[in-house]
Amino acid sequence: MAQHFRWLINAFAVLVASLASCLPAHAQELRIESWRSDDRDIWTNIILPAFAAHQPRIKVRFTPTAPTEYNASLNARLAGGTAGDLITCRPFDAALGLYKQGHLIALNDLAGLEHFSAVARSAWSTDDGTVTFCLPMASVIHGFIYNKEAFEELGLKVPATEDAFFQVLEALKKDGGYTPMAMGTSDQWEAATMGFQNVGPNHWRGEEGRRALISGAAKLTDQPYVATLRHLARWGAYLGRGFKAQSYADSQTLFSLGRAAIYPAGSWDIATFRAQAPFEMGAFRPPLPQGAQDCHISDHTDIGIGVNPASPNVEAARTFLQWMTTPEFATLFANALPGFFPLSSHRIGLEDPLAQEFISWRASCKSTIRNAYQILSRGIPNLDAEIWNVSAQVINGTLSPEDAAARLQAGLAKWYGPQQK
Amino acid sequence: MTPKSATLPLLTFFIAPAFLIYAVFSVYPLISTMVLSTYDTDAAGGHSFIGFGNFTTLLTDDAWSGPFWNALTNNAVFFAIHMAVQNPVGIVLAGLLSLPRLRGRHTYRTLIFLPTMLSVVIVGFIWQLILSPLWGVSEGLLSAVGLGDWFAPWLGQEETALITLSLLSVWQFVGIPMILIYAALLNIPEDLTEAAQVDGIGHFRIFWHIKLPLIAPTVALVSILTYVGNFNAFDIVYAVKGAIAGPNFATDILGTFFYRTFFGFQLQQGSPTMGATVATVMFAVILIGVMIYLALMQRRVQRHAF
Repeated sequence: MAQHFRWLINAFAVLVASLASCLPAHAQELRIESWRSDDRDIWTNIILPAFAAHQPRIKVRFTPTAPTEYNASLNARLAGGTAGDLITCRPFDAALGLYKQGHLIALNDLAGLEHFSAVARSAWSTDDGTVTFCLPMASVIHGFIYNKEAFEELGLKVPATEDAFFQVLEALKKDGGYTPMAMGTSDQWEAATMGFQNVGPNHWRGEEGRRALISGAAKLTDQPYVATLRHLARWGAYLGRGFKAQSYADSQTLFSLGRAAIYPAGSWDIATFRAQAPFEMGAFRPPLPQGAQDCHISDHTDIGIGVNPASPNVEAARTFLQWMTTPEFATLFANALPGFFPLSSHRIGLEDPLAQEFISWRASCKSTIRNAYQILSRGIPNLDAEIWNVSAQVINGTLSPEDAAARLQAGLAKWYGPQQK
Repeated sequence: MTPKSATLPLLTFFIAPAFLIYAVFSVYPLISTMVLSTYDTDAAGGHSFIGFGNFTTLLTDDAWSGPFWNALTNNAVFFAIHMAVQNPVGIVLAGLLSLPRLRGRHTYRTLIFLPTMLSVVIVGFIWQLILSPLWGVSEGLLSAVGLGDWFAPWLGQEETALITLSLLSVWQFVGIPMILIYAALLNIPEDLTEAAQVDGIGHFRIFWHIKLPLIAPTVALVSILTYVGNFNAFDIVYAVKGAIAGPNFATDILGTFFYRTFFGFQLQQGSPTMGATVATVMFAVILIGVMIYLALMQRRVQRHAF
């Protein structure tokens, strides 16, 4: 009996101690709001201790919310004045809205911001580009991951041009041992993200084409966009049987089981395949269309971080952000999360060869972001959702590339002034 | 003390709790939604009164009316399939279960009712796997009976996706009409069926001429429950096809259309006011349907007290 009692007292003591440790013990404590709950361990065990080594006086805690609840709950906490000091920023309009409502401070004078290119900053800058309100943290790069063993078995070479790309697919189809390419159109977003936005930048010359759409100088019915959609229309023949009902998870499984040879990828897939695929993998960048000389890749800005002006420790928060501009942070982050690439211009060493291959394209190609994300998805119909829809339909063969381009243009011109001229 | 003054406090005492809960959690949100639908949202999140402007936009602006009519039509098809398959099958199953010499009645009843108790997420997941062209068993089963050529990625084709989803929903909820009608069938006094048996009538004719007319009120009730349930439906489409209800919005129903409008979708920012407009229209669709039912059906249906 007495033993039970002692156990209870111990438990109570532990409870009191843990409650006490929750109380703000330090004046300079920072809390990070984030939707990356998957990365909690990486932040707490790798990144934050590294920062603590430099600034022991500033204590930082990583307190994520589930991704689907993040926007709503963050807004509620910001409105109620209980939000954290550092705010992880979604790209474009979501973060821009927060800045406009006064929930983020301008970071133009932050030392270290010069290490980030204008493309990297575009996701967290005002439309005219004058104010940057979040520090770019990570991007994802698109390309193709392939099964090296399958390529060796059939004596295939990594394709550099679109012609070579389709020759490889044709050879794989003829052999019949592998599904040439693992992708489905059931969830629609892969068709747009891994298809349209992956191979498209080579056609519309990356940033040049993206900016021309925003200024109204180019239309979605122009040759580059029709050519991209024509390219996608040829994919249908090389996808798995019944690809119309194949989901994203199906495609991942198909590839990691070694049953498909090529996988149109986002770099975030690297972590999944490292865990599941037992064979050797390589990656190649989106193939060049005929006559194209320079290459463009989708290096899409995905995660940023900013400072809450209501924080009592704004200066400490800025110190933390300054540290995040250093090569040290970039190296830690990139190696802890292969597939999420830091956006600063520092040259960093990556351990994962696949991630290394992806990031190496930055040196040889020009980076751009998904063309519907900045400004162009503010109206109804929503351009991004329309691209999902028509890309999937074009691959399914239920809509012609020309009609698809016409539909995209008509939808955008309906509400976007510069496209109405 | 007059009887009247005594009943008033008593009435208040019994009615007040229910009335309060109903008013706060049902009536107030409904009215507040309707009020919200007459406002417009600006970039800073402020609201301004615009009367019926949102409704005009919803019904006349192509960008809104196209998806809206598409969702309403799909919803009507969704409902028609439930009426044509779920309820007749439910009646037949109930009729079979109430056969006098049936063995294992409770086992059948439980098995058929089981899917109704599963989460929609599980139902969607299971059927996606069964119908998957990659790992599903349906192609193998069809091939085994020589119908392998009939197989298609049903959930991924515009022509078949909505019908397939409706049938999944029918599979899940067929237990509800079955159990309600079965209960009504048990209520029919045995003297009626025995009298018919003495007259030498078979089971089928007893069911058709005697039992079915007697359970008509229950069938009508099941129909209106199906109507309300179907036009409020959302979960099965969301679980299987996501909020974008592909391919090419072939499976988009009012529930998913409302979800995208109110909460937003990917880069499309949600609009509480436009969402309230869609919700109000959904309420109107259901209200009109129920009123037609009450006016035309409820009065004609005769109740039999035994």
